[in-house]
Formats: sequence, structure tokens, C-alpha cells
Amino acid sequence: MTDGMARVETCDLAVIGTGPAGMAAAVAAAELGLSVVAVDEQSVPGGQIYRNVLASPVAARLGPDYGHGAALAAAFDAAEGISRRYGTTVWTLSADGEIGLRGERGDIVLLRAKAVILATGALERPMPFPGWTLPGVMTAGSAQILLKSAAVVPADGVVLTGSGPLLYLVAAQLLDIGVRPGAIVETTPGANYRAAARHWRGAAHGAATLLKGLKLIARLRVARVPMVSGATGLSAEAGADGAVARLKYHCGGRERSVACSLLLVHQGVVPNVQISRSLDLPHDWDAAQRCWRPRLGEWGDTALPGIFVAGDGGGIGGALAAEEQGRLAALAAACRLGRIDEQERNRRADAPRRALAHHLAVRPFLDALYRPGDDAVVPADEVVVCRCEEVTAGEIRRCVVDGCVGPNQVKSFIRSGMGPCQGRMCGLTVSEIIAAARGMPVADVGYYRLRQPLKPITLGELAQLEEVAQ
Amino acid sequence: MENDSRFRRLPQASDQTVTLSVEGRPVATRAGDSVAAALLAAGIITTRTTPVSGAPRSPFCLMGVCFDCLMEIDGVPNRQACMTPVRDGMTVALQHGAAAVSEETK
Ligand SMILES: Cc1cc2nc3c(=O)[nH]c(=O)nc-3n(C[C@H](O)[C@@H](O)[C@H](O)COP(=O)(O)OP(=O)(O)OC[C@H]3O[C@@H](n4cnc5c(N)ncnc54)[C@H](O)[C@@H]3O)c2cc1C
Ligand code: FES
Repeated sequence: MTDGMARVETCDLAVIGTGPAGMAAAVAAAELGLSVVAVDEQSVPGGQIYRNVLASPVAARLGPDYGHGAALAAAFDAAEGISRRYGTTVWTLSADGEIGLRGERGDIVLLRAKAVILATGALERPMPFPGWTLPGVMTAGSAQILLKSAAVVPADGVVLTGSGPLLYLVAAQLLDIGVRPGAIVETTPGANYRAAARHWRGAAHGAATLLKGLKLIARLRVARVPMVSGATGLSAEAGADGAVARLKYHCGGRERSVACSLLLVHQGVVPNVQISRSLDLPHDWDAAQRCWRPRLGEWGDTALPGIFVAGDGGGIGGALAAEEQGRLAALAAACRLGRIDEQERNRRADAPRRALAHHLAVRPFLDALYRPGDDAVVPADEVVVCRCEEVTAGEIRRCVVDGCVGPNQVKSFIRSGMGPCQGRMCGLTVSEIIAAARGMPVADVGYYRLRQPLKPITLGELAQLEEVAQ
Repeated sequence: MENDSRFRRLPQASDQTVTLSVEGRPVATRAGDSVAAALLAAGIITTRTTPVSGAPRSPFCLMGVCFDCLMEIDGVPNRQACMTPVRDGMTVALQHGAAAVSEETK
């Protein structure tokens, strides 16, 4: 931690997040002559899908989609006019573009930007079930992060459970690298297949994406990885050492169990709305994806002039869509700052718009297929929902019976969402539980009111920020 | 809580080693790792115990969102082990419940 005052810097455009959306936005904006500061908490560019893509020791074995990111990251890395800040967290952001940054060593910078693109991506949907807080239960995404960034992989016998394309992708990537999963226990509700079939038209447009998915599953089958589908009633149990020892589930009317010392869980990804929520921007409930998304215009523009959202943070569309959304937001920012006129903006937007429509065509099919069922997002009474404050679903329901009508009242009564994760791991579940208990739509129940700083901050660091704010 | 068989390191990994002191014991790891990756690779899966019930937790998300990896790193509590790159000579301690509400942080 350094003492003294925060440094003040200025730029035309601040891009928060250097995944596909942020990298594409920064490159496009710099090409149009904007001075760009691109910030990411990670120590390397790439975001989630392309994590560590320029340096991963196992890059060649992660498949062609990962390879696609290398070209984008290389262009971003080499572009002039972009100041790249890694290991740097955005802690505060005001409606007029004042951004509080904390560097790796606790140094604080106050960045004044004329426009801001939020490209903070997605996070894995909370998956509350009995035992999900046990040591040795981790997300499937976390295993992928270990693989890409550190070449560390689970031992043979790792069990994966849940639903969604990423579950299969991670299993297949592990298999390709020489790890034999003990089982994949899939929870996609049977009724989803019929619901998804209604979206065949979009699916046909996204045939390449779907084919890739089918090939992944086929590879796992050929390798004889035991696969169970339609599992319900998951619970993880601890062994003598207190860490996870087995996964229990119901399937085909019977209770079954599989032994594991590492359990990877996943049920899709949802937009990371921490920053957009903390700005009090309007958000809508996306019933198809069972998540919130900020309300956006066709350029990723928000209710606050000069603040844009691009990529999965604005609604899950996947990495290729994120890239195009980044380009569109950059064009809009450049137009707003007077670098190009509207005619030029619209002309340049033609290609990214067409590509975006193509990449999004398959989403309704995927959303319907992998929409989590009620039992996957509205857990039983004994399940811990808020991991930080260890609040259970039953306590939340009792709060509703006692008259709490929304997440903010529940928060002040029983502290759910008050811990350091600020609701990232429980917010969606709390809204769903209240909605189910009150028999009303989640959209009407709402979400936690989020406050800045976006991550816990030491008093010394806060003092640095406040000193310039005077 | 250690179990060397949960994770293994692929031979492709960087071979530059860095040594941490974890709970007073030396742990050799690779340059470029996060503290959380270093611990998992070394078979250490518990990073903290919770402030409410004292239950042990391991890193859950490894991407900075769950805060189950909060540890005391170089004497500073509440650091996210998954977001902190290793440095030679770094000291790392498990964070026990109450440390999570230390005076230092807000
Ligand atoms: C763990 C995980 C793994 C995934 N793996 C795949 C995959 O292998 N294949 C696939 O097709 N899709 C994958 N996805 C889906 C993924 O979200 C992609 O569609 C794609 O990465 C989205 O791109 P993006 O640019 O919108 O966001 P991201 O790539 O998620 O990039 C967002 C970036 O913002 C940074 N950030 C967030 N908040 C802050 C802050 N406050 N301060 C500073 N920086 C911040 C993050 O560190 C991150 O680098 C994964 C998702 C997750 C959560
Ligand atoms: S493991 Fe989730 S925040 Fe570090």
C-alpha cells in the first residue's frame, strides 16, 4: 500500500475489462484516434474465454476457439494509443466518468474519462445445493482458469455436475489434456429439449456452434466418460477430513451417488452487473436466461450519456458477439466525442451489426435448452444461499413470512448480501426465492441496491481517493 | 486439510520457481501463478474459515467474485488469493473467521 494522494489522469475513453468485448472496443477506438485506457483486474489480457491466451503453456491444446483469441489479443497488445493497465481493479465509477483504480501494489489512480465502456463480462450462475460450500467443491470455470493460467489440472476421477455448454467444454478440455473425469452428472431438465426445439430456425443459423457442442459430447462418449442426464436433488457430502467425498443425486426414480475428492459445479453464466447496478442504471429481468441485464440501446448505450456496456455484461451472447458489441460501442463513443459523424458511425457499424446478428441467432435455442429449472435456482430451506454470511434459503423465506417484500429488506434483516462478495454469489438466488415465496415475477421483486466501492477497500486506500475528491 | 491427489501440474508449466511461506512452511511454486493456484497445486485446499460458523472454505471461483479465498498475504488481511500473483518470499496465512472483519478494512 502506498501513502499520499491518488494520481489523477485523463483520457477520452476508459474500457473496463480486457476480454473479447473490451479488447475489440479499445482497438477500434484507438484506430479512430481516441486516447484509450484499458483496465483489467487480471495480470494479462484475454478475459475469461481467452484467459492468458498470449502466454498459456497449454494454448495449443485448448482448441480452435481459444486460438481465435490469440489474434485479437495480439492486435490489442500491439495497438498504439492504448494504455493497458493490468492487475488493476475498478473500485469506483461515477456517472460522469470518474473512475477510482487500484493497482497491484495498492496505488490509487483517479481516472477522468470522457466516455466509458463497461466490458466486465459474465460470472458463473450461483448453484446453491446442499454441500456447495464444502472444501473441494469448486466451479467448472475455476478448473478452466487453473488450466489456462497455471497448467494445473484436476486429478483423474474429478466429477462435474450441472448444466450448460461450458460444463461439456471444460470436461472435453480436461479429457484432451489427459485428465479422466470420474463422471458428468447433468441436470438439464428433460422438458428443455422440447422447448429448445421450437427455436430450430435460429439453431440452423448457428449450426456451426451447435455442431461444435455435439462433437464435444461425442468425444466424451467415445472416451467412455460416465454420463448421467436429468439428475435432480443434488447434494454433496463431506468425508472424514471435512472436504467433499461424494455427490448424491436422484435419477430415474432412484437415489445414486458417486465418490469424488473434487467436485466441479456449473449451471451457465450470467452478466456481471456489479458496476451497472452500482450506477443505479435500469435493469430488466431476462426470463429466458433467468438473470438481470442492464437496459441498453443498439450501441450498448445506457441511461447515462457516455457510459456504454459491451459483451456478456450486457446479456449473455458469447465471445464472438462480445467482440462485435465492443466495436459498436467504440464507434458510438467516438461519435459522441466528435471524432466521427453519425453517417460515418453508421457506415462503419454495418459489418459488426451483421456479424452480431449472425452470432446471436443461436442464443434463443441455447437459452431454452440450458435454462435452469426451478429446483436449480430456488433451493430447499437448509441450503446456504449467501456464502459470506451463511444465510440459508429457509431464513430468507421466514423473512418473507415476517413481511420482507424485497432483497434489500432481507439484506438489512439477516445480512444476506452484506459480506465481501456484495451479493455476487447470492443476489440472483435471493430474488428468485422471494419471488417464488410471494408468488410474483422476479422482475417485480427486484435486486439488491449495490453501493461502491465495488470491492472491499482499506481505509488507507480510501483516504487516498478522498484526498483528490476534495 | 491437504490432499496431494486433487490437482497435478502439467509438465508444460513454467519452470521458474518461486518460494512462498505458507503458515510458516516453504511452498515452491511457479512464477505467474496466483497465490490460490500455488496452494491448490501444492495440495492445500483450505484458504479461510468463515466468520459466522468457522467452516473451512476453499477457493470457489478463482476469478475474484466469491471471496472464499480471502487470506492474509504479506501481513495484509482480506486479500483475494486468486487475484494476487505470487512473489518470491511472500508470506501467506489462512484467514480465520474474525480476521475477515479486521480494523484494517471497510
Ligand atoms: C469462468 C468463465 C469461463 C469461461 N470460459 C469460456 C470458454 O472457454 N469458452 C466460451 O465460449 N465462453 C466462456 N465463457 C463465457 C464468457 O463469458 C465469454 O463469452 C467471453 O469471455 C465474454 O467476453 P466479455 O469480453 O464480455 O467478458 P470477459 O471475457 O469475461 O472479460 C471481462 C473482463 O473484465 C474484467 N473485470 C471485471 N470487473 C472488473 C473490475 N471491477 N475492474 C477491472 N476489471 C474487471 C475481468 O477481469 C475480465 O477479464 C466463460 C465464462 C466464465 C465466467
Ligand atoms: S476464489 Fe473466488 S474470489 Fe478468489
